[in-house]
Formats: sequence, structure tokens, C-alpha cells
Amino acid sequence: MSQHSRVMTLYKTMLHLGRDYPGGFPYFRNKLKIAFMKNSTLKDQKEIESAISRGEFVIKELEALYMLRKYRALKKRYYEE
Amino acid sequence: MSLRILVGVKRVIDYAVKIRVKPDKSGVITEGVKHSMNPFDEIAIEEAVRMKEKKIAKEIVAFSCGPAQCQETLRTALAMGADRGIHVEVAGPQYETLQPLHISKMLAKLAKDEQIDIIIVGKQAIDDDCNQTAQMTAALLDWPQATSASKIEAKDGSLQVVREIDGGLETIKVKLPTVVSADLRLNEPRYATLPNIMKAKKKPIKKLTPKDLGVDVSPRIQIVTVEEPPVRLAGAKVENVDMVVEKLKALGHA
Repeated sequence: MSQHSRVMTLYKTMLHLGRDYPGGFPYFRNKLKIAFMKNSTLKDQKEIESAISRGEFVIKELEALYMLRKYRALKKRYYEE
Repeated sequence: MSLRILVGVKRVIDYAVKIRVKPDKSGVITEGVKHSMNPFDEIAIEEAVRMKEKKIAKEIVAFSCGPAQCQETLRTALAMGADRGIHVEVAGPQYETLQPLHISKMLAKLAKDEQIDIIIVGKQAIDDDCNQTAQMTAALLDWPQATSASKIEAKDGSLQVVREIDGGLETIKVKLPTVVSADLRLNEPRYATLPNIMKAKKKPIKKLTPKDLGVDVSPRIQIVTVEEPPVRLAGAKVENVDMVVEKLKALGHA
């Protein structure tokens, strides 16, 4: 996959994740766009690479956030002691 | 080992949505409300996928019963790692009076048709909280059951299951074939990412009707009324310590 298409895939994957964001999808989409636009002027291959890996890290963080949020909600609902 | 696993998944109103009762008290509002897979079923799927990754299982079949949108739920299950889906379509008023017994009969029939070794389901759905499907399926098939599992270990021809029971844990050994229901602490389900959902679109989903499985879904119950839980009463402010003591005495606490 070319670097450009990897960035596109990253953006689409994050948009998809944003639909479950606790603060709402419009808020997330806005923030996501700003974050991507900020890096749109990058030219250096290495810098782009590090931006992509930062994006992949954020994806992992978001997945962990959703998992924990769901776990806590269920625990509170069904396992209160 | 090369086991075949059947996992039951239910499409429910998303856990984060505030549930509203219809004004005529006939049920809850489902139109235009976000739905997702029952969280306990996600745990069930995850456990099956982990068994496949450990080469214990050969094939994972995801099953869902309900309206056409259940296909999305099945798609999520396929994206998490199930191999194929079976959708039994029941819609409209019939779905509202559908009971765990009907689902159990379908699961039991499918388990026989597909030569299934393990059925894994969530221990309960977060919408009706029945906690019956696993138990009844096991009874219908005359298979052993391991409900509320928090740890599963496969040993040849059997499973060693740690169960969550009141105030402790119980370890049991069940012979295969068996029915297992997943508890909250069994595992941490993976997220169905967009690329995986796209890939899952190529996986087959078989569509069936209850009639194909020989299950009569005509209503056995009638929903009389659905009520909201009581609203918490407002508190009151007091001026000083003496008033607190006075109020507590009046309420019989001191």
C-alpha cells in the first residue's frame, strides 16, 4: 500500500471509530479533520511515517477507551456490591 | 482438536442509550435508536475466536434471530472472526413476543444440523435480562452446561470451566458437546475495525425462517404493560447539624 492510501485508510478507520465516541460523532469528526489537516503540509517521508504511527497509536487508545467504558457500565449495572 | 462452535448473538439497544418507554406502555422505543451487539455476546464471540486462534476450534458459526437489521450484528460477529453467519428472520409483532425458549429450540436444531461441538452464548442480553437461553438449549439437547463462565480451558474431549457464582468461583469439568454461557470477566472482546468489517462482507450469511428449523414462534405471552423504573426522589437541604440530627430522628435512623 502506498503511503497516501495508508493515510486514507487511517482516516477512514478513525472516522468509523468516531461513531462510538462518547462526546458525539460531529465533535470527533471535527477534531479528526483538524488533526489531519495540521499534518497535511508534511513532505518528509520519515515525518509522515511517524504521524501515521501516532494515528495507529490513537486507534489503539480509542479501542481501549471504548472497551473500558463498556466494561465499567456493565459492571456497575450488573455487579454492584 | 477441530471443534465446531456455534455462537448466539443478539441485536439489542446500545448499552449507552437512555431507554424510553412508549407512551402507550406497550414496549420501549426502538425506532431511530442506536443498536449494537449484546456485550455478553461479544465476549462469547471473542472466546470462540480465541479458541480458533489456539487451533482448538476449526469453524465458528454465528447465529442471530430477529429483524433484517440483525445482519449488521452478524456482520460485526464476522468482522471479529466468525467464519459464517446464520440469520433467522423474525420481525414485527412476532419478534416482540419472541422468548428465549424459541431461540433455544433454534439453537438446538442448528447444533444438530451443523454438527456443533460447543455452543457459546452471552449469559444474558442487556435488554430483557432473561439469562435462560444457554440453560434451556442444554436441556433440549441433553448436553452438559457451563453457565456464567469466567475461564475456559479445553482438554481433550472436555472443557474445564471456572464459573462465577455468588461470592466466589466454581471450577467444573464438562464433556463435549456442551453449552457455555459467557460472563463479563471471561475476556476483553476486540473491536470490529473498519477493514475487518469490509472483509467480513465477503463471508456468507445464510438466511432462514423459523419454519425452516421447525420452530413455532406464535406468541405464548402477551405484553400487558411496560413501565419505567421509579424516579429517585429529590433530597432536601438542611441548615445545620442539629437539623440533620432532627431529620434523621424523624426518619428513625438514630
